[in-house]
Formats: sequence, structure tokens, C-alpha cells
Amino acid sequence: MTGRLRLGAQAVAVTAVVLLLGLLVWKVAFGGDNEVTGALASGETPAAPAFTLERLDGEGELALDSLRGKAVVLNFWASWCGPCREEMPLLQEGWERWQDRDVVFVGVDVKDFRGDARDFLEEYGVTYPNVYDGKGSTVGRYGVTGFPETYFIDRDGDVVFRIAGPVLEEHELDEGIERALARV
Amino acid sequence: MRLLLAACLLGLACAGTAAASEERPTAAELESELVCPVCDSTLDTSNAEIARRMKVRIRERIAAGATKSEIKAEFVEQFGERVLAEPPKRGFDLLAWVLPLVGGALALVAVATVARGWRRAGAAAEARPTDVPLDPGLERRLDDELDRYE
Repeated sequence: MTGRLRLGAQAVAVTAVVLLLGLLVWKVAFGGDNEVTGALASGETPAAPAFTLERLDGEGELALDSLRGKAVVLNFWASWCGPCREEMPLLQEGWERWQDRDVVFVGVDVKDFRGDARDFLEEYGVTYPNVYDGKGSTVGRYGVTGFPETYFIDRDGDVVFRIAGPVLEEHELDEGIERALARV
Repeated sequence: MRLLLAACLLGLACAGTAAASEERPTAAELESELVCPVCDSTLDTSNAEIARRMKVRIRERIAAGATKSEIKAEFVEQFGERVLAEPPKRGFDLLAWVLPLVGGALALVAVATVARGWRRAGAAAEARPTDVPLDPGLERRLDDELDRYE
């Protein structure tokens, strides 16, 4: 009887270890984090993960898919982030230069208070669409490693370029947009 | 009887403290129960800018008379349930509360089973007769061998 019990306990322990190992392998293989950043690093142009998020600059929601057919400059930022303040005037100025040429700028405010984010947009006179992602649901899927970070998406919805850190030079921004527009 | 009375008084005291904490929370206790969404440590140990803003917001809400549940709910609405230092006791997160208890119970059962096995083995060893006479032939051979070495 004791032998049978011991065998049962060993079977339970082995099963538990196998299950935990399986969970670890699944998480590593299909966890989904860094899918965009990883693919870009290996020279691919991955599909931009879809999202539908509440707008900060008005009522309702904005779906990334609804912008298909235009190049998208997707900027992840937060009002508490110092470097985001540095780049915001350049982004707004870039939006004013590019908005009539099939280009849309979208800001994604991450892990922030809505009120602080709205104050920030008002302070910098930002007029392009901004959405709110307080829970950071997009961060892992895009592989955002810090704030700010900017992704350039072509007309087909594929990510073609990424700038980690603030965009401080006009030519950096223009290069990303031109790359996104060049892909048909 | 005294023990029962003491237990009742302790229970009432704990319930009173919990109710006071819910109605009039302190910034310190909320800062230890909420997590900075950027650095994943509790607010009381974080110096991140967002953590600093969250601490300010907590104080503002306490001053406005909000209860602990209301303040936590507001933070969850903005930042999601990961802002809570303790996982909620429902849904998949319930596993975080149940699994340690199940693990502890299984460990207790395992220890009890092994201890019972040892006790049985010990009892069996004690019951085994130790003065069983040797086979006469074998005894004679043993004596011969011993004589040879003397």
C-alpha cells in the first residue's frame, strides 16, 4: 500500500514538473512579447499589432486598422516621461508638414493618468490623434522597451522602421516616413 | 471559556481595524498595496516619476474623503489590475491564493504518509524475533571456523 502511495506521489510530482516545463516553453515560444522589435531586428517587416483604444483628443475609439492605406507614425509616450517632452514639438511640427501626404500621426499614451495626458497634449498644442492605453496592453506586443518609442507603419499595415528614444532630428522623422511611404 | 472570549475580542478588534482602514485609509498603506506600473515595485519603494504622481493622487483622494476601495478601483480603472500588489481573489488570479494552500496541504499529506511508513517499518522491526536459534549444522560450522582462527 505504501509502495503504491509513493508511486502515486512520484507520478503527481513528475506530472507537475512536466506541466511547469511545458508552460515555460509555451511562454518562451508563443508569449508574444517583442514580436515587432524582434522581427525588425532580423530584417523583417512584421504586421503592426492591431489595437482599438479610447481617444484622448475626443470622443470614441480609434482602431489602427481604420488607417490602412496611409503611412502611420505611431508614437508611444507618457506625460511623466522627460524625453517625451523633448520630442513632442518636433512631432507636432512633423505632423503639420506631412498631414496632407497620406501620412497619419498617432500618439499612444501609456501607463499614465488621462487628465495628465490631456494637459500634456494641450500644453504642447498637439493636434494629431492620440489614444489612451493606461494598462499598457500594446507595449508588450510591439516590444516597446522604454518611452518614447516611434514605429513607422506602411500603407499595408506593416512596421518598417523603429526609433527607440526621442526623435530629436527632423531628418530621422522624415527618413522613417519616407520608408513607410516607399513600400507599396 | 476565557480562550473563547479572548478569540472573540481579538476578532472584533481586527474587524474594527479593517473597517477603519477601509473608511479612513492612510497614504502609507495604499502605497504598499499599489504597484508602480513602470517599475513593478510597490509605490512606497519606487522613485519613478509616475509613482510620485500616483502618491500625490492618493493623498488628494484621501483628502477628498474617498474610501480605500474607491481609490483602488480608480487606479485599476486607469492602469488595470496589475496595479494591485495582491492579485484579486477571483477568476484566474484566484490560483495565486489557492495554489499555496493546496501545495501546503499536499506537503502535509506527503509528510504524514512518509512518517506513517517509517513508524510501521519501525514497529515491524521491533516485532521481529531476535533470538531465533541457528540451524545446528550452521552453528557447528561457525564454531569450527572460529576455532580455526583462535
